[in-house]
Amino acid sequence: MIEIKNIVKSFGDRTVLAGISGQFKPGETSLIIGGSGTGKSVLLKCMIGLVTPEEGEVLYNGRNFLTGDEETQKSIRREMGVLFQGGALFDSKTVIENVRFPLDMLTDMSTAEKNERAEFCLQRVGLEKAGDRMPSEISGGMKKRVGIARAIVMNPKYLFCDEPNSGLDPLTSIKIDELIRELTDEFKVTTIVITHDMNSMMEIGEKIMFLYQGKKLWEGNSDTLTQSNVSELNDFIYANKLLREQSHR
Amino acid sequence: MSHLGRYLIFLRSLFHNREKFSVYVGLVIDECMQIGINSVFIVAIVSTFIGGVSCVQTAYQLVSPLIPTTIISQIVRDTTLLEFAPTITSIVLSGKVGSSIASGLGTMRITEQIDALEVMGINSASYLVLPKVVAAIIMVPLLVILSAFLSICGGYVAGMATGIVSSQDFVTGLQSNFQPFNISFALIKAVVFAFLISTISSFKGFYTSGGALEVGQASTAAVTNSCIAVLAADFILAQLLLQ
Repeated sequence: MIEIKNIVKSFGDRTVLAGISGQFKPGETSLIIGGSGTGKSVLLKCMIGLVTPEEGEVLYNGRNFLTGDEETQKSIRREMGVLFQGGALFDSKTVIENVRFPLDMLTDMSTAEKNERAEFCLQRVGLEKAGDRMPSEISGGMKKRVGIARAIVMNPKYLFCDEPNSGLDPLTSIKIDELIRELTDEFKVTTIVITHDMNSMMEIGEKIMFLYQGKKLWEGNSDTLTQSNVSELNDFIYANKLLREQSHR
Repeated sequence: MSHLGRYLIFLRSLFHNREKFSVYVGLVIDECMQIGINSVFIVAIVSTFIGGVSCVQTAYQLVSPLIPTTIISQIVRDTTLLEFAPTITSIVLSGKVGSSIASGLGTMRITEQIDALEVMGINSASYLVLPKVVAAIIMVPLLVILSAFLSICGGYVAGMATGIVSSQDFVTGLQSNFQPFNISFALIKAVVFAFLISTISSFKGFYTSGGALEVGQASTAAVTNSCIAVLAADFILAQLLLQ
């Protein structure tokens, strides 16, 4: 389980996160939603150690990630898989080399074992035939899937996805959501997804946290999302004209 | 001063929490290709012409018939070893290699590739930059040796082609009053310049933030700062070592 307690982060005079707390359970897909500039990505970066908050704690099964010693941080990092917004694939490596990279760097597995594991992960995301291609030769959706394959190659306990649907067409977006949900169920990982995609919220949001101006304004799930009386949340989810009209009917 | 402080902390991070030795071997070889082998052509062209021009211009300034023409090749040799080969080669490499390093790392930064390494628990500075520094320290002195050789050859060809100096006089001049320390001096300069170019360019690229525009700016800053650092170090080394 991941627990965050009173996370505070500022950039200069601007407070981006003003005391965010929450819990994320294993085998559950938790969504952090909110408009642009509300601090979602900063919160994610605080949780994965790319940004250090001024205050607060990030606990991974009780282990404090921020104040833990080097070994604790290293062991927690090995349990993480992260899908970055643009995939963050290494340009100079092929698809399979990208997926195999964490194994090359962090394990003592034999080459055959590493290849087998990387191929399994590529197969799991439906890209078994793309192993020899370079990242520049594949589409945005494929990059996301390769990113997911790389994120799960080390059998992570915690999976973080930063806007997995951004820049994707609706159909590919749904496939990515389904893949994230399947992997969460299959491997019982604690999955946290940053998104502002309404479809994702309704489809995979077992738990949803709504951020507004650096504060957590609402927490619930996809069933209770549309029944909230938080005006900022309603403004956010009904910004889409179609949904607004549906809700009035 | 804050930039200098960040630069020194960055240098320290290269050697802290390093990866396995075997990881670096392949990376250093790749970087040797990028930094060294891929720069041979431009270094060869520049060095040959600079040698030729220095021969012609030295002859132009020696107007007294009392000065033997063997002096021309002595001057070409010494200016090449003391200054042209290490410094001009390094200035050329600041442009070619420095901009390539800075833009490469800058692009990795803005496309979150460096974040991906950090999240895996890999020391990204050490993994990405240390091989470049080691490769530069290996390859730049070799390029300087090549440059010195081709520059003197360029002077010889220019001397012959223009009839300024005979072949025999050129070779006699090359062998006269030779100071072996000049070669050591050129190689010391090459190592120092290689370190400066690779670390300054990496520093500029590594801490890029923003987008494509900032990558371009980082690349420009890397070239500018590397050139200034090379020239400042050139002066300091000359003062320290040529007393």
